[in-house]
Amino acid sequence: MTDAMTRSAMAGCLISLALLISVPLFQSAYLIDVVTEILIYALFALSLNVIIGYSGNVSFGHAAYFAIGGYTNAILLTSHGWALVPSFVTSILVTMIAAGFVAYFCTRLTNIYFAMLTLAFSMLVWAIAFKWRSVTGGDDGFVGIRVPEIINNRAHFYYFTLIMVTAATTLLWFICHSAFGRTLVAVRENATRAGFVGVNTRLMRWWAFVVAGTFAGIAGAIFGMFHRGMYVESAFWTQSATVLIMTLLGGMFSFFGPAIGAATLFILERITNEYTEYWPTVLGCILLVILLFLPDGLAGLARKVRSYVAGSN
Amino acid sequence: MLETHDLHKHFDGFKAITAINFKLIEGERHAIIGPNGAGKTTFFNLITGHLQPSAGEVRYKGDLISGLPPYRIVKLGLARSFQRINIYPRMTVFQNVQVALIAQNNQHLHFFTRAHNLYKEETEDLLELVDLLGEIQDIAGELAYGKQKQLELAISLAANPRVLLLDEPTAGMSPSETAESIRLINDITQSRSLTLLFTEHDMSVVFSIADRISVLHHGEILASGAPDEVRKDVEVRRVYLGEEVGHASA
Repeated sequence: MTDAMTRSAMAGCLISLALLISVPLFQSAYLIDVVTEILIYALFALSLNVIIGYSGNVSFGHAAYFAIGGYTNAILLTSHGWALVPSFVTSILVTMIAAGFVAYFCTRLTNIYFAMLTLAFSMLVWAIAFKWRSVTGGDDGFVGIRVPEIINNRAHFYYFTLIMVTAATTLLWFICHSAFGRTLVAVRENATRAGFVGVNTRLMRWWAFVVAGTFAGIAGAIFGMFHRGMYVESAFWTQSATVLIMTLLGGMFSFFGPAIGAATLFILERITNEYTEYWPTVLGCILLVILLFLPDGLAGLARKVRSYVAGSN
Repeated sequence: MLETHDLHKHFDGFKAITAINFKLIEGERHAIIGPNGAGKTTFFNLITGHLQPSAGEVRYKGDLISGLPPYRIVKLGLARSFQRINIYPRMTVFQNVQVALIAQNNQHLHFFTRAHNLYKEETEDLLELVDLLGEIQDIAGELAYGKQKQLELAISLAANPRVLLLDEPTAGMSPSETAESIRLINDITQSRSLTLLFTEHDMSVVFSIADRISVLHHGEILASGAPDEVRKDVEVRRVYLGEEVGHASA
């Protein structure tokens, strides 16, 4: 979490962006679909990292906000025939309010109690999606989301996703590198000290939760439109676990780490599923490697390699 | 300026603080002395909102402050340091002080104010004051002990206090670091016309800073007065000074 973006980081961002822009030129439907989904998960993981990396709390229920954004957008677009912009904006606001409500309770607690309460609320969201059949479609899922004509085409949808994710990521970058982000890190490092310089630490954690939930809602809304449907699995705790692993794999002490983790895990899952049906086993092994050898994730590994190379020169 | 009325604090029946009536006068440099376990740190924690009193009250400029959370009390102008180092160990020295300035200026909920170089000059001024300018980009947790203490002082000063509360500011320091700290504390309180309340074990430090001393023993204030008066107080000698003065000069 450096202050300013270094030259190499800036170059990395621009190269990535150029590559992402050129993806549809390869004319591969498979490639476009994979990258679209990676972008969505990257934003999802980046949003979670505001809670994990910046505020220092672990959420086991981040899928709830992904699902709230996704379902709200699905319902407004399809059941109520709203246009894209009002539906999308309203979904984000609804997610924000839901996150604010849950955060009010969760931020009273810390550590494992915080984590368990986030899990409890996410199970509640899952139960609502599951049982409120008339609105959400229950366990059949909300199928047949009406996607507005302008983005109802693979390449168009891809660029829509790319623009939204890039804009959201830029916004998140500024938030994480703002006076707010700096103070949030201080709260993570030493909440007592932060309190004694005049910081209301609970309010800081509340805002971190709301920011994280809101951006997860954006990812969820795009996800629903991409799959033309929302399913209860998106609110289930396993979904929260997946994004948590993505964040840890990429590295929670780096802003872009979770996005790298999301891409890596997603691609590994795709490859593994082509050869075996034992993805959960592979996932378990990945988790072991992270916990034992890569505490700071891939971003931490890259930092170590860089300093090793710099040291040997 | 700061008063406590009949202040009590019990922990599961153990009386840590009993019936303290204390007055801090504006501009004075007041030391609280007493043996280990006398309740000095508890007294500090009660004043700064880290602990809530079991009974009694704390008033600052006449307003009731007991019951307020620490982040509100510091905004009123009471900043403290801690006996055990209390910094952000994985952040840089610069960031440690900068965060305090962000909070002091109510910028901590500014989502789009870039943190980079924010309050750079003010941070550098404070670090120059405590002689840490050379370590500005170092990781705070990797500083030598004495330097971490100085950093703690800079963090407290960043809150722009009227009353500075220092809990054992020289504990664990070498003699030369201690001498430097005394000079620094005297300079800062004078140049910023701060009111100072501090606890200290080392009697030579107490006598070279304080213009008033209170003796705390078993949670009660036994004596309060000018250094010479307290020094003469027989009971105080018996409880505390006898061994400690000998210890300090040894």
